[in-house]
Amino acid sequence: MSRSFTFRNGVIAALLLVLILLPAYVMLTGDRFLLTLFTRIVILAMAAVSLNLILGYGGMMSFGHAAYLGIGGYTAAILCFEGIQSGFVQWPAAIAVSALFALVVGALSLRTRGVYFIMITLAFAQMAYYLASGMARYGGDDGLAMESRSQFAGLLNLSNKTTFYYVCLALLFASLFLVWRMTNSRFGLVLQGVRSNETRMRAIGFPTFRYKLAAFVIAGVMCGLSGALIANHTDFVSPAMMFWTRSGDLMVMVVLGGMGTLFGPVFGALALLFLEQFLPAMISAMVRPFNPAGAAKAGEYWQIVLGPLLLIIVLFARGGIDGLLGTLSRHLPGSSERGHG
Amino acid sequence: MTLFIEQCLNGLQFGLLLFLLAAGLTLVFGIMDLVNLAHGSLYMLGAYFAATFTAVTGSFLLGAGLAIAATLLVGMLVEVVAMRRLYGRDHLDHVLGTFGLILFFDELVRLVWGPEGRSLPVPSWLNQSIQILPGIQYSAYRLAIIVVTLAVAAFLYVLVMRTRLGMLIRAGATNREMVGALGVNIKLLYTLVFGLGAALAGLAGLMQAPILTVQIGMGENILILAFVITVIGGIGSIRGAFVAALLVGFIDTLGRAFFPGFLADLLGRQAASTAAPALSSMLIYILMAVILVAKPQGLFPASSR
Repeated sequence: MSRSFTFRNGVIAALLLVLILLPAYVMLTGDRFLLTLFTRIVILAMAAVSLNLILGYGGMMSFGHAAYLGIGGYTAAILCFEGIQSGFVQWPAAIAVSALFALVVGALSLRTRGVYFIMITLAFAQMAYYLASGMARYGGDDGLAMESRSQFAGLLNLSNKTTFYYVCLALLFASLFLVWRMTNSRFGLVLQGVRSNETRMRAIGFPTFRYKLAAFVIAGVMCGLSGALIANHTDFVSPAMMFWTRSGDLMVMVVLGGMGTLFGPVFGALALLFLEQFLPAMISAMVRPFNPAGAAKAGEYWQIVLGPLLLIIVLFARGGIDGLLGTLSRHLPGSSERGHG
Repeated sequence: MTLFIEQCLNGLQFGLLLFLLAAGLTLVFGIMDLVNLAHGSLYMLGAYFAATFTAVTGSFLLGAGLAIAATLLVGMLVEVVAMRRLYGRDHLDHVLGTFGLILFFDELVRLVWGPEGRSLPVPSWLNQSIQILPGIQYSAYRLAIIVVTLAVAAFLYVLVMRTRLGMLIRAGATNREMVGALGVNIKLLYTLVFGLGAALAGLAGLMQAPILTVQIGMGENILILAFVITVIGGIGSIRGAFVAALLVGFIDTLGRAFFPGFLADLLGRQAASTAAPALSSMLIYILMAVILVAKPQGLFPASSR
């Protein structure tokens, strides 16, 4: 990673600053909605960061990553439902259950590769989805409300939106730090070697299966924890959060932001949720000059723009947002960054 | 016993219907090496087209024929506009690009047909029961689905194994450059194959439409089932897709019908009533996991096609 000041690093620094200072802005303007939106962005960014570890750095195309969101969320919500409200129990339990699930799924799926791997991870996520739909005691299809947020013995009050936001942000930063440390360690280098050429890595003596499995479990744990955060954020869990299109959304975030880059998934989560939030209004504004009456209605059909946009990004902008920033960095004067990625 | 035979026929009908979807998927994958998540959208379009055309023409058969033609055209258009650019790319690109197409088609259908579902009534001449065995009645419509899908399966077999076009399709799957070098218009061939897959999906959608409702997102659940089938059968193998489709159809249908009772005998009524619904939905995914763990390339690996 280049340490010199480049356009890309400037944008990343600005993004981090915005994330840290957001609650102050919200306090000044009283725009509570913005805080809710950003809490959601931060949580999903953490999930995307975890997917990026196996997808971007490890080359494992897991199409069932939303299962961990659900598993972490359900673990917290079920414990709460059964009367255990302490976050000191709920969160480690969410971590443990997702680790166990990832261990089983990884051990079985990593025997396959290519499309078979995509499909078997999808199948396991569908199993988790139907398991949650079938749990009549915990709401089945309708989902389960979380009566109160996780309690931290008076240390933290998660019902306070600002406190909760900072807890999520701290966990996102911790995940980013962890991924950064890992990808620059021997473990991470082996993982990236496997992405490039697994046969060669095995030939020079690395037990690649174990490395991949370890990365798979670490990613599952991170995503499971962000699931527990989502349950706290929305005070509700339902099987829908594990449906396969949710896994698709996480993949989109990673690719949109830039696969195999540290901050890419954060950009991706930000971009996708911003599009989801503001594209309807943008479409309405664009339609208004031509058809004032239909403008508001046109905004409802924002996905008709998002879909082709995705296809175009896949076809023409493989590096995602991070790649775009890198290109800009190289072309702006006074930049010393060499092309990588 | 009556119930058992009826459920077996339901399983057969569902399995054959799934085969129509899986055949298109596996053809496209085997020949173009393309993972097409938007296949479920074509299934949905087939159902919507049929609902509209049947209402306009007043004839189910005419509506169905027009709907198949329309899905074929949409499929070929999608191939020319989008899919063609995805060949030779990473599978991840396919998944994401076609995921974008799903969003597009879902929204397009909402724009054209509105958010409410449509219904496609069973044609009156099929809306009756037929006595198939002494004392056993079965829906004529479901029986018709079985007949039509079997005919289509036979047609596919003859097309792929016994005609010149099929020979080119098989050759194109083995070595694209060589077939192109021999003077075959490979681009056109791919467009035709994709259109064929789309038409099969459309046929499946319009036949299922009178049994379920026609609604947005109807393709998403069944798409995953079709993928499970192509994966179990071995990607690219039509024979594998046929065997796996019947397997999945039977297991899913019989599992939902009889597994809860079986569990109740095994675990007692109380435990069974909580576990059974989830477990019977999970059966086919468990089957898939078991098969892939034992045979990571599916039942009929493409190399032994």
